[in-house]
Amino acid sequence: MFRGLLGKTLGFVGYTIQYGCIAHCAFEYIGEFVVCSGPSMEPTIVSHDIVFSERMSRHLYKIQKGDIVIAKSPYDPAMNICKRVIGLEGDKVSTRSDIFTSHTYVPKGHVWLEGDNLRNSTDSRSYGPIPYGLIRGRVCLKLWPPHTFGTLGENPNKQNVKSFKDSD
Amino acid sequence: MAQARTSGRRYLRAFVSGFFVAVPVTVTALDRFAYVARVEGASMQPSLNPDGSDSDVVLLNRWSVRNFQVQRGDIVSVVSPRNPQQKIIKRVIGLEGDFIRTMGYKNRYVKVPDGHFWIEGDHHGHSLDSNSFGPVSVGLLHGRASHIIWPPHRWQRISPALPPNRGPLEINEDQE
Repeated sequence: MFRGLLGKTLGFVGYTIQYGCIAHCAFEYIGEFVVCSGPSMEPTIVSHDIVFSERMSRHLYKIQKGDIVIAKSPYDPAMNICKRVIGLEGDKVSTRSDIFTSHTYVPKGHVWLEGDNLRNSTDSRSYGPIPYGLIRGRVCLKLWPPHTFGTLGENPNKQNVKSFKDSD
Repeated sequence: MAQARTSGRRYLRAFVSGFFVAVPVTVTALDRFAYVARVEGASMQPSLNPDGSDSDVVLLNRWSVRNFQVQRGDIVSVVSPRNPQQKIIKRVIGLEGDFIRTMGYKNRYVKVPDGHFWIEGDHHGHSLDSNSFGPVSVGLLHGRASHIIWPPHRWQRISPALPPNRGPLEINEDQE
């Protein structure tokens, strides 16, 4: 009787490990669901929206300008931030302040992030470009609330970014 | 003929089900628990790769860094801030809040910001490390090198140790 019970327990444990590993691979390499909080991406993403972020673009190094990404915060690795990619490595980004405009070049292996709600967003304009390795995934679909289901819109702010690949 | 076909189909079914068990379990183990990597280059001499001919293979412990906890003197592998496709292996010299006297960085003294750490290779001058690109964000931490597992005559446990004269500066409270 005990041997039957032991066999069943081992089988159960084996199945749990197997499905746990499949779940890890799915969340790590395919995509994950993210609940967003904070006003920095309004009006594109509002607080308490649920979005789906896919991981494949990050692992294949195909994140592009204009993508909304989830990344680890550079000042607190346990916290995640959700911002839009404004510039890739080599691009010249204009940082606008009330009085004057200055330009920064995004260094190799880094990206420049800005929130869509420029007035209320802490992003690369305060902490500088962040390394590409901190990016976790690309937000591709908004799932909740249901009346805004679908793909996300373009950047509502006019950006003046000269790409490294543009020729004058 | 019928018997060969069913035993072939049975073999194929066993292979496919075994594949779907082995691959996720291996990938999860490599991502969350331990990773094995060959060390290239001379930037960590003499601790790793002491003679240029043979490369050491180290065991990287990924479970111990799941909460981003490292100590000064650990040898860690980090996603390179210059090239996200590459991982670099260096020693942790300073943690957040430490004051570091740099060797060849644009500022002579640096206070390591929150959520960052300062890494250096043991072979100064032959190492691309924080002295070139500054403090590194802890989010880029990949794993902690715990053992050297190849070649066999170099089997050893790697213990955290700061090199002489490299470490955070002690701030004297009674300095004017």
